[in-house]
Amino acid sequence: MGFYFVQFLTGLASASALFLVASGLSIIFGVTRIVNFAHGAFYMLGAYIAFTLTERLSGAFGFWGGILIAALAVAVIGVIVEMLLLRRIYSSPELFQLLATFGLTLMVEDLVVLIWGPDDLLGRRAPGFRGAVEMFGQNVPSYDLFMIVLGPVVLGILWLLFHRTRWGILVRAATQDRDMVAALGVNQKWLFTSVFGAGVFLAALGGALQIPRDAVHHALDLRIIVEVFVVVVIGGLGSITGAFVAAVLVAELNAFGILILPKVSIVLVFLVMAVVLIVRPYGLFGKPEAVARKTPGLSVRPWAPFTRNERIACLVGVALAALLPLVAGNYALTVGAEIAIFVIFAASLHFLMSVGGLASFGHAAYFGLGAYGVAFLAKLAGLPMILCLALGPLLGLAGAAIFGFFAVQLSGVYFAMLTLAFAQIVWSIAFQWVPVTGGDNGILGIWPEQWAAGPARFYWLSLGIAVAVVSILRIIVFSPFGYALRGTRDSLLRSESIGIDAKRIQWTAFVIAGTAAGIGGSLFAYLKGSVFPDNIGIGLSVDALVMVLLGGVETVSGAVIGAIVFKALSIWLVSQTDWSKLILGGVIVLIVVAFPKGIVGMIETWRHSWRARSDAPSAKPAGLAASQPEGAE
Amino acid sequence: MSEAPRLLFVEGLNKSYGGVHAVRNVSFSVAPGEILALIGPNGAGKTTCFNMLNGQTPADSGRVVLRGQDISGKQPREVWRLGVGRTFQITATYASMTVRENVQVALISFQSKLYSMLNATQRFASDEADRLLGLVGMEGYAARPCGELAYGDLKRLELALALANDPKLLLMDEPTAGMAPRERVELMRMTAQIAREKEIGVLFTEHDMDVVFEHADRIIVLNRGSIISEGSPDQVRNDPQVKAVYLGDGLVFGQHAEAHA
Repeated sequence: MGFYFVQFLTGLASASALFLVASGLSIIFGVTRIVNFAHGAFYMLGAYIAFTLTERLSGAFGFWGGILIAALAVAVIGVIVEMLLLRRIYSSPELFQLLATFGLTLMVEDLVVLIWGPDDLLGRRAPGFRGAVEMFGQNVPSYDLFMIVLGPVVLGILWLLFHRTRWGILVRAATQDRDMVAALGVNQKWLFTSVFGAGVFLAALGGALQIPRDAVHHALDLRIIVEVFVVVVIGGLGSITGAFVAAVLVAELNAFGILILPKVSIVLVFLVMAVVLIVRPYGLFGKPEAVARKTPGLSVRPWAPFTRNERIACLVGVALAALLPLVAGNYALTVGAEIAIFVIFAASLHFLMSVGGLASFGHAAYFGLGAYGVAFLAKLAGLPMILCLALGPLLGLAGAAIFGFFAVQLSGVYFAMLTLAFAQIVWSIAFQWVPVTGGDNGILGIWPEQWAAGPARFYWLSLGIAVAVVSILRIIVFSPFGYALRGTRDSLLRSESIGIDAKRIQWTAFVIAGTAAGIGGSLFAYLKGSVFPDNIGIGLSVDALVMVLLGGVETVSGAVIGAIVFKALSIWLVSQTDWSKLILGGVIVLIVVAFPKGIVGMIETWRHSWRARSDAPSAKPAGLAASQPEGAE
Repeated sequence: MSEAPRLLFVEGLNKSYGGVHAVRNVSFSVAPGEILALIGPNGAGKTTCFNMLNGQTPADSGRVVLRGQDISGKQPREVWRLGVGRTFQITATYASMTVRENVQVALISFQSKLYSMLNATQRFASDEADRLLGLVGMEGYAARPCGELAYGDLKRLELALALANDPKLLLMDEPTAGMAPRERVELMRMTAQIAREKEIGVLFTEHDMDVVFEHADRIIVLNRGSIISEGSPDQVRNDPQVKAVYLGDGLVFGQHAEAHA
């Protein structure tokens, strides 16, 4: 009994730290609509800086002062980031800020290793809370008790802040309708900056307060960010109370899951999140997202199929790529095949994101399922390669059909998080079902047959399949189905009122995207000769998002360029430098600032403005002059 | 009235939001080719009524019967398939497509080609789309991006979309809101002409009393969720209760039009 009680208290103590970080993420998203991927990095920075300060400063004041100063310092960094980077991209397509904050995260991961070294750091005990208190015959660290009290105290302070101060009321108003707040004469710039700073402060404080409980290391950011996303979504975006309740729920699930259901402990929180989202689509305390107001004057150029010249240019590009084996060595061809495979993967997500408006945060699930499909067929059933390649992606299709059905009932960030939860569930099955999947050891020895063996042949195979998949996806974009899908993205209301079953259309698109990703995964298994749970991991899902955003989410097939640039750059950097994440992150941040519509999006804008200038005189519409509105509102 | 063939028959509609009885016991009917206006002060329940007719909002109780078929509780898309076109108070169109493509999507849906994946949309029913655009006077706008249309043009595009399924009944929620005076007259004249030609029943809400009294065959006045008056423009204009809650005194809507007639 005593043991369970202590376990419960440990859970509560973890919940407090989780709540601090989650509430920060929640208010940042609520007001600025930024999915702040760097939130984990700020948490980690808070821990590192607090470690240094508490080592240098002495005495009780030194420790507590150090923690506070660390959080403030990181908040200042956050404010600088907001002013220099995020301010430039608020008007970019949704989620583009995710790309920027992802680049920052990569940079911070390398920077902390540069400054503090790669080893785990053990921080000081907190003065006054060094000992333990005996309860039910068990020892409870007194610092845990301090944390348990701190959580509700911070909740109370935040409540007062949001309900009793002018700033807090503005934040709540902006969470509901930021356009209206701006229209009422509030300086939105400073509101955003202060909210971002406050959110980062909470994250860094959460990190700093962890040092007496936990070692500081350079992978803290990813560990916390996923958990925090889960907390925020279960609680309901923008709800501080929800974040608190969800933090307690998640922390207790972690504390007890390992005791009661060790087999599924890793995935327990994701299972709970999936169930919560299916039953309550906006989280426990969330409200339905207000329909975003379409910014007027946001001129969207309608997509058009390739013109003859563009088609020829693409053919030339493909032909040049096909000639690569004549000049390139084996290593370059293997890299080329990998890039072709990631073109398939990125294009499949791009189809879902740009045409369907559905940003999946767990697209690697279907890539990985395709890879495992091939592994099962080749190793367990011993089927020939051509059959494996044809049937392997069907596992991706099946997964997409099951998970997609639930996912498309939601939209926006909730859709993203549900897809992430499903991907984590698939990942943990691959990780923990050792007799079938080999667990962490993966399945080895999946090699191509003679006809596809060798770098050149496999490169041609991958290139050919990539060209076919991208072409088919493009054809679908411009087919009646593609238009119907784009219609559900543009206006659900209009679609439903002209007889379109939007959910079914989106579900179909999800299955198409999942199958295409599965095709990429099938090839990937043969490229690497093995499959691992990593092929389903969050890292891979994030890579896909980055490739799509880098290419330009408002384009028809920008992901192709995004995948080539991102993959080539990251592979090359890893081979050239130990600090590849720092440079890659820096490059991503630069691209975000220089190309706020993604690489292809920017090229299209240039081409369009160049063309508009060259044939401006004849561009007048042939509309009826008499019926031009005089005072349209 | 009861002798005329009824296109739409609404009986005892009710809807409450919390303690607010938004629509109470509303019954009326629409005949083919008839233009019926639903008017009333803000918050009278007009839009709620509309949303219950095409399934946007489920009714608490009551029946909606379209051409003899009970359509209560059906989804908007099912109601559309039975021949009800709809335009919105705040326009809902596809901003990322051209004007013609907007209409093409409606035609794709109407011809049940939503899951056709390997054909190009470009040539799909483009003649039919242009014909519909011609009906609402937008043939010159076909290739324009929808995102850059002026509000009045969006309203006309919505009308073309609503006509794509060859509807028997048109539901138009404030069709002329946000339009310039000349455009209003033009749009309603166009609507009336199409309705008469094709025997389409039109039910619309409107705040512009010039438009209402000039174009409606019959008017229903809602106040606080209940029908307080129903009849020809003349009857409604002279109804003292309507004057009290809505029109006020000393107004002469539509009278100059009759003087000319």
